[in-house]
Amino acid sequence: MSAAGGGAALDVTTLTAYRCRELLARGDVSATELTRAYLDRIAAVDEQVQAFLRVDESGAMAAAAAVDAKPRSGRQPWEGVPIGLKDIFCVKGVETTCASRILKDYIPPYDATIIAKLRTAGLIFLGKLNMDEFAMGSSTENSAFHTTRNPWDFDRVPGGSSGGSAACVAASEAPWALGTDTGGSIRQPASLCGVVGLRPTYGAVSRYGVIAFASSLDQVGTLTRDVRDAAALLDLIAGRDAMDCTSTGLSEPAGTPGRADLRGLRFGVIEEYMGEACRSGVREVFDAAVDSISALGGVCEVVSLPSVERGVAAYYLIAASEAGSNLARFDGVRYGHRTEHSEDLYEMYVRTRSEGFGPEVKRRIMIGAYALSAGYYDAYYAQAQRARTLIIQDFARAFERFDFLISPTSPTVAFEIGERAADPLAMYLSDLCTVPVSLAALPGISIPAGFSAGLPVGFQIIGPHFSERGLLNVAYALEQSLDVNTVAPLAETAG
Amino acid sequence: MNAAPTGKSGAAGDGLNDGSREPTVDREAWESVIGLEIHVQLSTQTKMFCGCTVTFGDPPNTHVCPVCLGHPGVLPVCNERAIEYATRIALALDCRIAERTVFHRKNYFYPDLPKAYQISQYDQPLGLGGHLDVELEDGSRFTVGITRAHMEEDAGKLVHAGGASGRIDGADYSLVDFNRGGIPLVEIVTEPDLRTPDQARVFLVQLRSLLQQLGVSDVNMEEGSLRCDANVSIRRPGDPFGTKTELKNMNSFRFLQRGLEAEIERQIDTLEAGETVVQQTVHFDPASGAVSALRSKEEAHDYRYFPEPDLTPIELDAEYVERVRESLPELPAARKERLMEQYSLPAKDAAALAGNKPLGDYFEELAAASGDARTAANWVLGDLSAYLNTSGVEVADCPVKVAPLAELLGLVDDGTLSGKMAKEVFETMASTGKDAKTIVAEEGLGQISDLGELETIVVRIVAANPGPAEEFRQGREKVLGFFVGQVMKETQGQANPQIVNDLLRKQLGASGV
Repeated sequence: MSAAGGGAALDVTTLTAYRCRELLARGDVSATELTRAYLDRIAAVDEQVQAFLRVDESGAMAAAAAVDAKPRSGRQPWEGVPIGLKDIFCVKGVETTCASRILKDYIPPYDATIIAKLRTAGLIFLGKLNMDEFAMGSSTENSAFHTTRNPWDFDRVPGGSSGGSAACVAASEAPWALGTDTGGSIRQPASLCGVVGLRPTYGAVSRYGVIAFASSLDQVGTLTRDVRDAAALLDLIAGRDAMDCTSTGLSEPAGTPGRADLRGLRFGVIEEYMGEACRSGVREVFDAAVDSISALGGVCEVVSLPSVERGVAAYYLIAASEAGSNLARFDGVRYGHRTEHSEDLYEMYVRTRSEGFGPEVKRRIMIGAYALSAGYYDAYYAQAQRARTLIIQDFARAFERFDFLISPTSPTVAFEIGERAADPLAMYLSDLCTVPVSLAALPGISIPAGFSAGLPVGFQIIGPHFSERGLLNVAYALEQSLDVNTVAPLAETAG
Repeated sequence: MNAAPTGKSGAAGDGLNDGSREPTVDREAWESVIGLEIHVQLSTQTKMFCGCTVTFGDPPNTHVCPVCLGHPGVLPVCNERAIEYATRIALALDCRIAERTVFHRKNYFYPDLPKAYQISQYDQPLGLGGHLDVELEDGSRFTVGITRAHMEEDAGKLVHAGGASGRIDGADYSLVDFNRGGIPLVEIVTEPDLRTPDQARVFLVQLRSLLQQLGVSDVNMEEGSLRCDANVSIRRPGDPFGTKTELKNMNSFRFLQRGLEAEIERQIDTLEAGETVVQQTVHFDPASGAVSALRSKEEAHDYRYFPEPDLTPIELDAEYVERVRESLPELPAARKERLMEQYSLPAKDAAALAGNKPLGDYFEELAAASGDARTAANWVLGDLSAYLNTSGVEVADCPVKVAPLAELLGLVDDGTLSGKMAKEVFETMASTGKDAKTIVAEEGLGQISDLGELETIVVRIVAANPGPAEEFRQGREKVLGFFVGQVMKETQGQANPQIVNDLLRKQLGASGV
């Protein structure tokens, strides 16, 4: 049947954002119909997936109606295409909590730069997606409100922190979604949910209006069904922003990836990630993808980046140090939660923050305060920065020999809800393969490479700074060759 | 000294001011060591890291935005003009300008600090290692080392309601005005080179004048655009430094001096009593003249400085620094030399004019307009300054502008007015805004210098008083006074006395032949 279907229900599970755009452009569906179809899908499945913290039905329908009121010829390319937003982006007038009790009911007075860009481009905001509180976590179990389920197996986590964004795309609750990646928060959930997750080069996308976790690492990126959508969404959000002096934009637009082969390209397989940390099922899918690269004409060789083994330790010190400072503003004075029981200022601070933050956030604030405190700064924060420098140098050396580096995105497939919740260190190791890329400010993408015991396995490709165009073309060629299903068989699983 | 507090209180060494002192204490045996930290609010149009307007005295929280309120997700963007102003200050203090300067976060919780960190500078400040040469009123000079000059943002302003202390503890509630939050500041830290409260005051006066000439700040201590903290310790001359205390927010030159005097006295009393000075912050109450300790809990800070990741390091290349250096106005020391040279002014006058930019500018314009620099200097430093001081008017708002004053000086020069009359006319000019010629005409003040007119009067008076005229001719010089009086009476005091004298002598002599 035609996707428009003249009133018949639109099957959103078949849609990418590109496909949405085509249907809208041809007039096969109206923006209202398309938005309605996604809202219906959310209504049907999100009780189980729990990807959304808040669905903005009235806002989305009003925005869709406004698009439909315009003649098609006067619309912009992506006008009327819905999108899901991680709850870390400030949207003017729309509750934004970062999945934290301390920001419950917080209504930002301004739009994040990327939100303003998407608004201008005419995208429809379906709602705010679940995440680990303040993006601290790898499972969404740290959300103050609820845990999102992996659409491929509801007993398992979707990864995190952008777990809601990854799950919502895998469950076809939105054609695409925005997330943020600090140490792997886009790539790891993309891997666990079987979707495409792109972390751009640090600085490619403005951070203004993105609630900060670790300022020197945070980067906005995309969660999509396929690589072309990732390129399109990146081009919509990238750019230098006068409100973010660390932003630079891309050196060239990502465009529409169309590369068919990988001839003439050299790929370095990061040796440090091939050891026992990499579970067998993951390893087999990875090896098969490496074979596909070779079949496409690419040359794969093992390369050692010894310093990446310091990555997780360095990351957790730097990120926690910056986080402790970034989260200090949540003090109950101007907005957000304030305790109802305090006799003086000091008690107000202590109770407000004790009540407002969850255990993982408190843990990182304390790690950060410790790492920066007098007498410990050199041993921890400064030492971590030195390790970061070594990691940057290792990657730079590797890129002298290789065009791209490859590794599994996550050492494991999706783990069970509760499995690692009590063991922070095991949880931190979920980011083993993604963290060094963040520390080196490099772009990385995770694409679905296959399955292990029915659960998605992601494949990470890492490029030099601002190589997004090439990176996405390579990912596209491999994606076409691997041809992995990205539609979670929700109905069956959900029973 | 006038700040001697009274009354015995608390255990000694607890930081509370204890005014009672033994008459036998030899205060001269102690040397005080003082260093200052000066916060200068820059007079940029907008705040340090956002686009909000920099103002003073507007209704609370009317110049705020998500950035300076520290909303989630906001980022700072550096104000280039603030960097330029800070560079000017650092250059004027002869600091080395860092090629690469870095912002740090200074982390602490307080309701006036919206992000719970202040963006400041730490180990890579903009300017390092400068100095300011200071001249005391007696002409003696000393040099104060400048440790550093760095950039940071101001905090908001707290208003505490209720409670006796005027501080946040014990207040019924406190309100925050964030209009001030995020205004660019330069913090200037001196070496501990000052030895007396008087030196500290004079240093601050001259630093203020320097900043004023740079055009980078309103330098208004009452409004808080210039704020001063002082670190002070005492020692026996030649000994190592003693334990210092910090005096916060001295908001006038006089309070700085008085606060330091009171604190030095307290430290001497403490040490003379065999106790130790505790490192702490002390508060000076100008009303009582007493110093008291702030609670030490408030200062147990580890600021956990680390490089601000939201701002890129600032690279100031030599070309930029040279451009700023060339744009600097003439600084007080150089101006003083030039005023002495160009206008042949005495050192004292030149220093006074060079130390006050608006007054110096007024002088130079008046000297040019009147063509008589010495007289111009006398007027500017005399009557004009006296008027400004008494009325509390700034030079810029002075009702007597340069051109009208030059005209008044012209009337003295051509003999229309005597010096004494000119002072009166000046007063009238200042109070009415009228020009000198109008006042002279309206009040009939012109000095009669017309020879013909005066000669007629003199001839008539001599003729009408043959007796006294004869006495004069007999040699009674005193009688001349009688004739002068008669002429003055006739002319209502407006006759030029010198001309009258000459004419009378001539007439009395002539008629005797």
